[in-house]
Amino acid sequence: MSVNPALVDVVFEPTESYVVGREKIREFAAAVLADDPSHWDVEVARSRGFADLVAPPTFPVVIQDKTLQQLLSHPGAGIDFSRVVHGDQRFEYSRPVVAGDELVATLRVTKVQSLGGHSMVTSESAMTDTAGEHVVTAISTLVVRGDEG
Amino acid sequence: MSAANRAPEISVGDVVVHKDCALSRESLVRYAGASGDFNPIHYRDDIASSVGLEGVLAHGMLTMGLAISPVSSWLAQVTSGRGQLVSYQVRFTKPVYVPAHGTVGVQVSATVAKLDDPAPGRVTLNLSVTTEAGASVLGKALAVVSLS
Repeated sequence: MSVNPALVDVVFEPTESYVVGREKIREFAAAVLADDPSHWDVEVARSRGFADLVAPPTFPVVIQDKTLQQLLSHPGAGIDFSRVVHGDQRFEYSRPVVAGDELVATLRVTKVQSLGGHSMVTSESAMTDTAGEHVVTAISTLVVRGDEG
Repeated sequence: MSAANRAPEISVGDVVVHKDCALSRESLVRYAGASGDFNPIHYRDDIASSVGLEGVLAHGMLTMGLAISPVSSWLAQVTSGRGQLVSYQVRFTKPVYVPAHGTVGVQVSATVAKLDDPAPGRVTLNLSVTTEAGASVLGKALAVVSLS
């Protein structure tokens, strides 16, 4: 079954608010070997003008993942999770995520393509803070391998 | 052109970041917990081989995260903490297989590809991640930073 092309421009419900915690930032920073002190030391982060610890640049994937789960479990999508491979990933930042942020993410499907028996789904998950200001958009292309594989 | 915004030592072609990392199974489990990505192909050999993989592989997003970490440190140093990341993108081209025992070496580097383009103070970095076997695992890996 290939991915339903009617998904393009479908916008999913905004996710529940995700509260970014200091220790979660430190845990994520340790996992990606991010040793810049802005991820670890609140005083350093504040001296650079941030309200609290700064999350590493790929941290928003934690929140994006919640939106991709909505997409993958959508009954009309035709996406077989066991055949999904991450093709590419992009982040566009208005500002870094910091501890204390409460972020809501909204996913929109931007492209569905078929190529050599595979399907590719591109979606963008826009994350906003409690003031409604844009923080970061995470854009990913998932490759769904064809049946013959 | 606002040369005042630019750290004078940066030129196109400069390698501004060069770092050697080592990934073990513990690294993958740690990333699974931190990110919430518990796909078992990143920690179970039997499941990895049942879906046709050579073995357990690192999360693509772990590789993407490893590659940008030293860039963040470099940016903070050259801008005294004023610099910001504008965008960051990668294409996942090859897997990084991680052995059950020991580690696999991964080398991260970043090279200046563009300066003051499309705006003064913007720098585009071309990122590279290669395994100890010489495989390049990311394609089109670009980070755009603002120096001010």
